[in-house]
Amino acid sequence: MSIAAAIGDTIEDEPKPPPPSTNKGRKFTAYLLMLPGMLWLAIFFVIPLVALFMTSLQTPVPGGEVGQFQQTFSFSNYAETLTDDTYYIPLIRSFIYSGIATILALLIGYPLAYAIAFKGGKYRNLLLVMVIAPFFVSFILRTIAWRQILADEGPVVAVLRVIGVVGETGGIYPSAFAVIMGLTYNFLPFMTLPIYASLERVDPKLIEASGDLYAKPMTGFFKVTFPLSLPGVVAGTLLTFIPAAGDYVNAALLGRPSNTMIGNRIEYTFLSVNDYPTAAVLSFILMATILIMVLIYIRRVGTEDLV
Amino acid sequence: MSTSTGPAAGASAPVDTRPSAGQRFSAWFGRNAIKIYAFFAFVYLLLPVAYTFAFSFNDAGRTNLVWQGFTLENWLNPCGAPEVCGSVVNSIVVAAVVTAMATLLGTLIAFALVRHRFRGRATTNLLIFLPMATPEVVLGSSLLALFLNILIPLGFWTVVIAHIMFCISFVVVTVKARLASLDPRLEQAAMDLYATEWQAFRRITLPLVAPGIAAAALLAFSLSFDDFIITNFNSGQFTTFPKFVYVSATRGIPPQANVIATAMFIIALAIVLISQFAGKRKREA
Repeated sequence: MSIAAAIGDTIEDEPKPPPPSTNKGRKFTAYLLMLPGMLWLAIFFVIPLVALFMTSLQTPVPGGEVGQFQQTFSFSNYAETLTDDTYYIPLIRSFIYSGIATILALLIGYPLAYAIAFKGGKYRNLLLVMVIAPFFVSFILRTIAWRQILADEGPVVAVLRVIGVVGETGGIYPSAFAVIMGLTYNFLPFMTLPIYASLERVDPKLIEASGDLYAKPMTGFFKVTFPLSLPGVVAGTLLTFIPAAGDYVNAALLGRPSNTMIGNRIEYTFLSVNDYPTAAVLSFILMATILIMVLIYIRRVGTEDLV
Repeated sequence: MSTSTGPAAGASAPVDTRPSAGQRFSAWFGRNAIKIYAFFAFVYLLLPVAYTFAFSFNDAGRTNLVWQGFTLENWLNPCGAPEVCGSVVNSIVVAAVVTAMATLLGTLIAFALVRHRFRGRATTNLLIFLPMATPEVVLGSSLLALFLNILIPLGFWTVVIAHIMFCISFVVVTVKARLASLDPRLEQAAMDLYATEWQAFRRITLPLVAPGIAAAALLAFSLSFDDFIITNFNSGQFTTFPKFVYVSATRGIPPQANVIATAMFIIALAIVLISQFAGKRKREA
């Protein structure tokens, strides 16, 4: 499955070192091949980040209209935004929601990937297609489908009312639960595919060997299979956590105003209030926080088991 | 969870005389627990797809939230609701342009990375990886910051530019995976048989990498077609299909949106299944 391989390879594999180039001409060819694509990324990825940072330091033009700002290198924008509870609370909430969603996706996705890799038999590829099949339906429509499933008239609430988990008039949408469930759902394939990709490469003989050496199946799993699938787990958790932390569609469609995440704040501040500097500050803080968390995570998991 | 055990779980079936029904059930459950778990995971994954599909047949009129009755009207008249088909056409045109450009640019980078050794490989790899590790709100808002600062009007082209940017990395990674698994000796063998470098590329390398490039193109198309967050920041008045659905979510989504989504789902699934089937036959032949 090329998509699984692609996602799996983003983090775990460095390509084998290329054959040594024979002359300067080949080196020149390499730069020529890369030039258009890298130029595109430089102009439309790197420069925008610089523009975002510059925008985050702007202040309103005195006496100007809404949406008019000037460059004043006002670093106090950061302090002002970070101490404002309409901004820092959604920021913290984003990381809590996406953290829970990532753990849930791992708990669902790992056994799923395991079942496909080791019990799928000849249906493996078909099962993989079923994992990515939700991607073929619009992301927004799937989230709206959850709204219907979790609605007061929907099947889930009906069951919960019979069991007595939810009261006669109680519901589960809109709520923090619905938002987290939506996040878990939407990024579950990103968790499952890389884990599958690394489980698929585990040599079954290693597991047999652990059994021959009198390891119980559970011990064999935790000492052999799980450590070998760790690159997939790292890739999967990152591919779930990063987009979930920045998402605002789930919170907008499945939550209440009290469930807003930082993405909702950024979108609203940028597109509705037209307060570009504050929105830019929020974007930058989000990116920086994620980057720091990812680096710590890769270090902690990485140094002992990956390298 | 506790029963999602190691691989040898199936081997420990009881062989002693006449296990009781309870023992037999627990042994069966032990062997199949993970399959049952996977079954429920698939229900979770596919339930919203089934809902989307079912509600394309809902006799709903304007607000398609509660089941009103079965009708084929929506399927017979998919453009019946205003703006639906216009936004779909917009999405398809954007995705087609983006797929062509991103596949070309990304494939070239993948070739450079796998087949050439040059200064700055690490930086290049980092620059490919970063857009995939950046949340979409940040990608969308930073591009908007650029467009606002240099006063570029938002619309079709800004959406295309944004989509190409985030699709390139996915193309590079997909093509790179395929290219790295190829044996470079095949090309060398061709050149030993007096093929020129170009002939070896054209007759040996390209056909072998083609499935990877096709997969990358499909991925780029679906990423572009389904993108909402980045599009929402950079589209101005221009409407794509996901944006149309999101905007109409507050006042009610017409069932025609479900018809289009279901049709796209079937087409995409058919392409994937056919390519899998074709690939299998080729390998067996």
